[in-house]
Amino acid sequence: MAMTVQLDVVSAEEKIFSGLVESVQVTGSEGELGILPFHAPLLTTLKPGMVRIVKQFGEEHVMYVAGGILEVQPDSITVLADVAVRGEDLDEQAALDAQKRAEEAMQNAGADFNYAEAAGQLAEAIAQLRVIRQLRGKK
Amino acid sequence: MAGGKEIKSKIGSINNTRKITSAMEKVAVSKMRKAQDRVAATRPYAEGMRKVIGNVANGSLEYRHPYLTDRDVKKVGYIVISSDRGLCGGLNTNEFKKVVLELKSWKDKGVDAQFAVIGNKATAFFKRFGGKVVAQQAGSGDVPRLADVLGSVRVMLDAFNEGRIDRLFLVYNKFVNTMKQEPVIDQLLPLPKADIAKREHNWDYLYEPDPQPIIDMLLDRFVESQVYQGVVENSASEHAARMVAMKAATDNAGNLMDDLKLVYNKARQAAITQELSEIVAGAAAVG
Repeated sequence: MAMTVQLDVVSAEEKIFSGLVESVQVTGSEGELGILPFHAPLLTTLKPGMVRIVKQFGEEHVMYVAGGILEVQPDSITVLADVAVRGEDLDEQAALDAQKRAEEAMQNAGADFNYAEAAGQLAEAIAQLRVIRQLRGKK
Repeated sequence: MAGGKEIKSKIGSINNTRKITSAMEKVAVSKMRKAQDRVAATRPYAEGMRKVIGNVANGSLEYRHPYLTDRDVKKVGYIVISSDRGLCGGLNTNEFKKVVLELKSWKDKGVDAQFAVIGNKATAFFKRFGGKVVAQQAGSGDVPRLADVLGSVRVMLDAFNEGRIDRLFLVYNKFVNTMKQEPVIDQLLPLPKADIAKREHNWDYLYEPDPQPIIDMLLDRFVESQVYQGVVENSASEHAARMVAMKAATDNAGNLMDDLKLVYNKARQAAITQELSEIVAGAAAVG
């Protein structure tokens, strides 16, 4: 029987996957990574993309993450997934919005469409498309 | 039959109010259950984060993140989470009272404070109270999303990084159980020592690409997840508090209705007695 390692994929809002796997493939910030059991401790950031896992007994499973952090220990792998695509400018935008709302709340007014948010949504859609294509190619 | 009709219509209106409060109670019960599930769902992430941060804080000594080091307190920041809607007993009031008390003790030490508010009630309160509000967020509804809190958190993190605040606190109502919700003030930054696990090993991670950006990101995410957890927990508390408040209101309406029914029947009886005695007196006068 193939060796397995405990994998947990969690986001701030929910637990996405938890179980024993034979291998994991993720999109790291520096490129694709394949992790097998007893890998050396590793910490890296993830780009929006897919996580391909081979579960115990060889069953394959693909899911999409919008970025996050990967932590590897010899006996466990943790993916701390983001709930949405994040970017420095997007975060700045959110901060500015919150500030603006604070000023408005003390006076009152409205808000409108912004570019950074649209760019973020686009990046996410492209990454999701990639996963879908991959899934289709298999069948 | 003086007052009979007025009492009857009053009973009717109280009955209507009771129907509303009992419906609100039932809605709060089901929302509270869902909110509790959501609280449970956010835990694995925070636990995973805490574990990794514990490892990082112990492992890599070459880079010491500002979030991990204490400094002199000249200014403090608060992220105050409240509910969007009222009718939940003293939930928000108790929370704000606690904040005001803390502020007083900071003021005595000559420390200024600024606020990021989440929720309509907190916004309204600080508008009246007159604190320096630097970020605001409201209307996240019954299913709060992480994206809802990011802006406010970012403002406070930037303030911390640029030295505009030296400590950051999170204020929310902790869900103890259905009958009990407690306002709590947690220190977010610098990270309290208890959050960092003891050193037990002598290894470090392989970092890809460098430790610094990863640790930066990790700590930002950790603070965000703490705030998000606060929001979720606060929403569970809100529904629990509303459930209890609405149950009390329903019971009170029932008691009030019983009392009024008694008054109504007494008035009705008195009217009948009076009518009878008038007839008898009239008959006697004729005879």
